[in-house]
Amino acid sequence: MSKIQKHNTLKLSGLEPLVFTPEINFVNIGERTNVTGSKKFARLILNGQYDDALEVALDQVRGGAQILDVCMDEGMLDGVAAMQKFLNLIASEPEISRIPIMVDSSRWEIILAGLKCIQGKGIVNSISLKNGEEEFIDQAKTIKKFGAAVVIMAFDEEGQADTYQRRVEICKRSYEILVNRVNFNPDDIIFDPNIFPVATGMDEHRRNALDFFLATKWIKENLPGAKVSGGVSNVSFSFRGNNPVREAMHAAFLYHAIKHGMDMGIVNPSMLEIYDDIPKDLLEKVEDVLFDRKEDATEALLAFAETVKSDGKKEVVSEIWREELVEKRIEYALVKGIIDHIIKDTEEARLKYQNPLKVIEGPLMDGMNVVGDLFGEGKMFLPQVVKSARVMKKAVAYLEPFMPKVGDLDYNQEQSSIKKILLATVKGDVHDIGKNIVGVVLACNSYQIIDLGVMVDAQKIIDEAVKNKVDIIGLSGLITPSLDEMVHVASEMERMGLKIPLLIGGATTSRIHTAVKIDPVYSGTVIHVTDASKSVPIAGEAISEETKAAYHQEIKQLYRDLRIAHEAKQQVKQLVSYDAAKSNPVFIDWDAYEPIVPAKEGLTVVESLDLNILRKYIDWTPFFSTWMLSGRFPKILEDPIVGDEAKRLFEDANQMLDRIIKENWLQAKAVLGLFPVKRDGDDLRVLGMSKDFVFHFLRQQGKKGKGVPNRSLIDYIHPEKTDYFGGFAVTAGWGIEEKLKEFQQSHDDYHDIMLKALADRLAEAGAEYLHELVRKEIWAYAPSEFLENEALIKEEYAGIRPAPGYPACPEHSEKRTLFDLLKVEQNIGITLTDSFAMYPTSSVSGFYFGHPESKYFGLGKIGEDQVIDYAMRKGVSKAQAEKWLSPNLAYSPSLKVQEQEL
Amino acid sequence: MNRSELLLSIAKKKVLILDGAMGTMIQRYQLSEEDFRTPDLADHPKPLKGNNDLLSLSRPDVVKAIHAAYLDAGADILETNTFSGTSIAQEDYGLQHLAYEINFQSAKIAREVADAFTLKNPDKPRFVAGALGPTNKTASLSPDVNDPGYRAISFDQLAEAYKEQVKGLLDGGADILLVETIFDTLNAKAALFAIQEVFEERNIPLNPEEGGIPIMISGTITDASGRTLSGQTTEAFLISVSHVPLFSVGLNCALGAKELRPYLKVLADNTPFFVSAYPNAGLPNEFGQYDQGATEMANQVEEFLKEGHVNILGGCCGTTPEHIAAIAKLAEKYQPRKVELVNTGDE
Repeated sequence: MSKIQKHNTLKLSGLEPLVFTPEINFVNIGERTNVTGSKKFARLILNGQYDDALEVALDQVRGGAQILDVCMDEGMLDGVAAMQKFLNLIASEPEISRIPIMVDSSRWEIILAGLKCIQGKGIVNSISLKNGEEEFIDQAKTIKKFGAAVVIMAFDEEGQADTYQRRVEICKRSYEILVNRVNFNPDDIIFDPNIFPVATGMDEHRRNALDFFLATKWIKENLPGAKVSGGVSNVSFSFRGNNPVREAMHAAFLYHAIKHGMDMGIVNPSMLEIYDDIPKDLLEKVEDVLFDRKEDATEALLAFAETVKSDGKKEVVSEIWREELVEKRIEYALVKGIIDHIIKDTEEARLKYQNPLKVIEGPLMDGMNVVGDLFGEGKMFLPQVVKSARVMKKAVAYLEPFMPKVGDLDYNQEQSSIKKILLATVKGDVHDIGKNIVGVVLACNSYQIIDLGVMVDAQKIIDEAVKNKVDIIGLSGLITPSLDEMVHVASEMERMGLKIPLLIGGATTSRIHTAVKIDPVYSGTVIHVTDASKSVPIAGEAISEETKAAYHQEIKQLYRDLRIAHEAKQQVKQLVSYDAAKSNPVFIDWDAYEPIVPAKEGLTVVESLDLNILRKYIDWTPFFSTWMLSGRFPKILEDPIVGDEAKRLFEDANQMLDRIIKENWLQAKAVLGLFPVKRDGDDLRVLGMSKDFVFHFLRQQGKKGKGVPNRSLIDYIHPEKTDYFGGFAVTAGWGIEEKLKEFQQSHDDYHDIMLKALADRLAEAGAEYLHELVRKEIWAYAPSEFLENEALIKEEYAGIRPAPGYPACPEHSEKRTLFDLLKVEQNIGITLTDSFAMYPTSSVSGFYFGHPESKYFGLGKIGEDQVIDYAMRKGVSKAQAEKWLSPNLAYSPSLKVQEQEL
Repeated sequence: MNRSELLLSIAKKKVLILDGAMGTMIQRYQLSEEDFRTPDLADHPKPLKGNNDLLSLSRPDVVKAIHAAYLDAGADILETNTFSGTSIAQEDYGLQHLAYEINFQSAKIAREVADAFTLKNPDKPRFVAGALGPTNKTASLSPDVNDPGYRAISFDQLAEAYKEQVKGLLDGGADILLVETIFDTLNAKAALFAIQEVFEERNIPLNPEEGGIPIMISGTITDASGRTLSGQTTEAFLISVSHVPLFSVGLNCALGAKELRPYLKVLADNTPFFVSAYPNAGLPNEFGQYDQGATEMANQVEEFLKEGHVNILGGCCGTTPEHIAAIAKLAEKYQPRKVELVNTGDE
């Protein structure tokens, strides 16, 4: 006789079952694969980096998520396509697809697309009575046909439920419709009765937690089979920035919510205290608030919160840590980034150990390992780690004079077991923030870093690597031509017979480029590193005696597979011919448009841009991502996880900005020009100059849907009449070298990176400011525009300023023409390297297009026919054009990938 | 009593017997290309030999004879000759336009044979299960190992093709719909989706207890990993198809009875629906042939019966009327699996 449970069991499945048995206390939903919840994931999806996005999903599963929430609701995305693609990819990763999927969208068509991709039984998140019963019933019927469970928001025609009564009323009504009219399995109904913040100071919020608990209890007792879910972190919203209190609130809330019957939800495990570990006095005050037990509960918790702020804690403890043993003090100083006592403590350790090297390999490295572990676990953030590195460097610099020299009696060639890593930005490229960050992170993990700086040629890299007997070489680059230079370095390493593992990193590098172009030319291990935090385990595996042979095999195999996959894909890429693409341009009604003559034609040079003004134009979001803190500014300052660190960083940045301006550290200059131009096919001729200036534009060749054009920037220029167009270059990098030297001498990576990042932001701000000036005054096609900085960042103005080397016009050599036209070198001194990188690094250049229809876009892959045409137009060889355009080629130029023996 | 009610009442009393392999029996006829061509297809450019479903149009006599042989052996339920009857599978032969016709005729033939046997022996009514095969494409696997995001077929395309097949089967007179040999659960979900749509259009209740047309589901565990080709464990598979009030859920193909047993137990322990099994005649030998004899297979199947794990038994690849006769005879001695619904927490 088979005994089968009748009711109350929600059963879900991925490749494996997830059954909500009574023993399962609470099911945790992973939500980092949500573009609205995770900045990082959103960026990866928007950039089409689905491989990396899969990693995010994998991390969630490995981190213990039992259900994976996938959301693609983002204005810039084709949500249906993204949902389909990501879920299809997940289906091919058994470790991820093991668990059930929660298809999360506010758009019905995305939910449908998601449901069509999952073989298991997932959850739809969410539907509600918001738009009335008819829609609700239709959607529920369809979900039922797909066999998914469903989250019902406590939301109806009147709005969101915010009281106990409303929660109960809406959930009851939803349930009755589902069970009686749709015949929906009651076990498959999950309610989200809205978790709202408490202790906000507003009376109507006092019962938010209590009402949730009571509504949960009511649902579980009165709606058989139904489950309850919710997002927990909302409850502590008013204590943003005070993690000890928030963690206690989450723990207490969850504890009671589960007791009242909550079955599943979204909880960030790193923002959760253990209920029993919450200090009793804090717990009492938290629970007073959650249960609305006392009239002054909010005030009491607020007052108490002041005393447990992390800052307050530090001050109290600061006295105590000085009394610990020297090793502990060094560790504490490293973890907390406290530089004040480090020389004194290092000296004490030196005397104690009687050997400076023992101090480095002992307490200093031990401390840095703690930092590395905390960083690896996501408990420390990059700015903190950089401060730790500063303490470390200072200590090491202090010990150096005491080290045995060549010729000393106790000098030993192989004196250290510390592994060495050589880092360099390749020839032709001057960007090094990313490389420096990798250096810092690796240094935190017991590696000695030999940093050769920027613009380093292959010979020097190899010579230094051999001389210093390094264990790994890391190459960095930001601009696309650096990709070729990296191939060159790798092939030189092969020619010289090196076997040292090679790490590849930097903004334009990619796993696929590494696999297809770099790996085949070097027989040693070549590994692409996506970000600084990944460099540590990779370096470890690549050099450890135990793992390196297997790792070499594994990586070689992986990259070979990627190459084969890439080759295969090349053949199926959907491209249209260049001729077909040209006959499908952006449609603009030119009869209705008269080109606008600029108020001021020709060049405008701005010798000195006022940094006080530029400061107001800064877009801070990229600044935080430089520091690997992801989130949109200013919201990031209130982020539950990185908010505190972001705030600290923001304060430091503003302090430095004050000094940059007051003490004149940096000078910003700009040149811009507006010219009459004439379109010639996909080329643009500048009129009225003594010399011929021609810009060459590229056109999208991907197969487009009906009504979607194959864009080219040239489409924004009048096809027959004389039109206008412009260009600009701006730098905020003058004076930076001197200051950087100071920081480097004091081993201060933190301020070194900070200054570079700020100079970059100022240059971008300069471009923003100039563009506004152009729109309102110099070209003056939008004289009455008035936009706040926020709106500027969102590009809510008419016209665009695409930069050569960026997605719409990815070919860097056009910068040469632009620089000659604007006489940039003579006017403001920015120079171009062989690879068309700008020096000083904190510089921006680009074109101005004024037509109101003009939009940014990505070129994507192009075919051989266009490359041949482009080479002819530009008067260069096809091979040269292919080299410049290599990331955009939809085909592999002539050479077939050479397969190596494995 | 309509046919669904009749079937349900019989299923409560005895182990129902499904027929055996169609392909194995067709091989015995040593048919030639000509046998597969209807007059209309005399000039069809592609070779058609091997398109067994087409025989329902070109050689209905052969198909009827095989059906009759299985009913003689004691089968209660005939499967229609429509394993590859979707327009998707027929596309290989360039015959996607015949999909409806193949399903209609196959159901009609089986219906005629079944009715003739019922008439002869009204105490043993015979039923026709319209078979929906897996098609030759998978919706949750990429055929290109280098492009894991690629799919050769979409959910919508599958649902569309299955809808056509379901309509043909129902119009031809099928009593039951059998979604079988499920390699990829997403394909099966598309079939279930299509069935629900057709039922909705025709006002057929979904639940057989309410007079709806019974739906049988049969998955395929590909090997000893205990998973479907698309990677699901047996229990995950069960959960993924249980949103429809099924008549039965079970397993067929790929494995012999002995190998199937542990996975059948997973179903029996976890589903309120009837449980079916129609294994292969053992595992194929090195020439790809099934050489497990009727007695050996019956002995292995007896384990399921002893443990009370099945309600419906039959045979898949390599089984013949001899196998079915042996199984049918054996099954008479045993009670079908019984289900007791208990409340959560009860033991």
